[in-house]
Amino acid sequence: MSVSVRIPTILRSYTGGVAEVTGEGGTLREVLQKLDADFPGIGGRILDESGKIRRFVNVYVEEEDVRFSGGLDTSTPDGAKISVIPAVAGG
Amino acid sequence: MALSTDFGPATALSCRECGTRYDLGPNFACIECFGPLEVAYEFGSVSRADIESGPTNIWRYRSLLPVPADVAAKPNLQPGWTKLIKADNLAGELGLRALHVKDDSGNPTHSFKDRVVAIAVEAARNFGFHTLSCSSTGNLAGAVGAAAARAGLESCVFVPANLEAAKITMASVYGGRLVGIDGTYDEVNRFCSELIGDTLGEKWGFVNVNLRPYYAEGSKTLAYEIAEQLGWRLPDQIVIPVASGSQLTKVDKGFQELIKLGLVEPKEYRIFAAQAAGCAPVSTAFKAGHEVIQPVRPDTIAKSLAIGNPADGPYVLDIARRTGGAVEDVTDPEIVDAIRLLARTEGVFAETAGGVVVGVLRKLVENGVIDPDGETVVLNTGDGLKTLDAVAAQARPAAVIRPSLDAFRTAFAN
Repeated sequence: MSVSVRIPTILRSYTGGVAEVTGEGGTLREVLQKLDADFPGIGGRILDESGKIRRFVNVYVEEEDVRFSGGLDTSTPDGAKISVIPAVAGG
Repeated sequence: MALSTDFGPATALSCRECGTRYDLGPNFACIECFGPLEVAYEFGSVSRADIESGPTNIWRYRSLLPVPADVAAKPNLQPGWTKLIKADNLAGELGLRALHVKDDSGNPTHSFKDRVVAIAVEAARNFGFHTLSCSSTGNLAGAVGAAAARAGLESCVFVPANLEAAKITMASVYGGRLVGIDGTYDEVNRFCSELIGDTLGEKWGFVNVNLRPYYAEGSKTLAYEIAEQLGWRLPDQIVIPVASGSQLTKVDKGFQELIKLGLVEPKEYRIFAAQAAGCAPVSTAFKAGHEVIQPVRPDTIAKSLAIGNPADGPYVLDIARRTGGAVEDVTDPEIVDAIRLLARTEGVFAETAGGVVVGVLRKLVENGVIDPDGETVVLNTGDGLKTLDAVAAQARPAAVIRPSLDAFRTAFAN
């Protein structure tokens, strides 16, 4: 299950400046675990101490905000595109 | 940053979640925890007299904002100092003792967004950006286009393609680029976040993304003006519309600063938040006692409030709870009724967001949540001319007749 993960600017210090990396896993949870194994520390920036997605982080699998689709249990089929984006406001 | 920057009394950016501090720069999220960054200040002594001798726009409060001391001399739209209307007719109809409408439709592009954009323009100048940009539900796009034109900057703004026609036209007329995106505001916002990380968006100041800490501070001027216009006094209660939640959060910050600086007497005020039922993630979380906001897909005529994933929503919950306020929502028909109520009683034609606020005020009064004896302020953040469709079916000619007295007599025989 190979997926692509888009890394926001403020986390690219973990990926050596790379904006998009290859990930692996059948669910978002597994993808993030593998991501943290590849880039130690990055997982703790996305998830809080209790393992939940931080309240100012949005994660999308394909075009879907995972808060709509099952959170960390959202399935990540082969070739899925995942984006991690800080929450921003506006209007 | 090699540029020499001047942000007046602002000294740093500080994470609202974990307190980590950063140099003043075009950054909006904390590297540690993704929390939103806010401007931190070291205020000198600020007196009422200093402020009162300033210009009749937001720059009278320049010593409380992240802008250089000579900001008023630079080309800008000079927003603010809008009317605080004593709304006795509406108060009488609703059974309130004292009610004021802060009418921000009187700004240069007819919404409160001119306040926040003016601060963002100064940040863009400080950082040497050549293009001003934003994701917008319409009002902001117009404010950015106009402010960029005046300041001599390029502009490129992004909106959901299905916005009200008036907002598309208005945002396009100022000569910059307007790009409609097939999607919701939240999708436009996400697109802009990705554009910032790309070379396509280099040297661009996105007023509500990478300039957001500065931009958001502009909403504090609503708090300052309300207090000054009440005679240097805070209201007992205030009702504020919630889209992202930024405005409400900053009005609270502004009131707190006035207290700390000794410009008003300390006072416990209550802040009420207003949403449309078709996009009420914060109201839903408030009523359920939650601290986290579950995003929604917006479906409401109040498009300027149609943010389904409000970034400052958690702070709205905190502030409503801390001040003894509440978060309430009203349906589209209630919004239309409220627009007509405000127009009929006070001669103020609000856009749908103003209808949301007045509708929520009425609901809070009916439910006994707002104290009818307290001094209450409600915000109208935009102009009804931009959302004509909302009331077009109800606001119709009383008759169409031939130009004769007989025809008039016949039409109104009863």
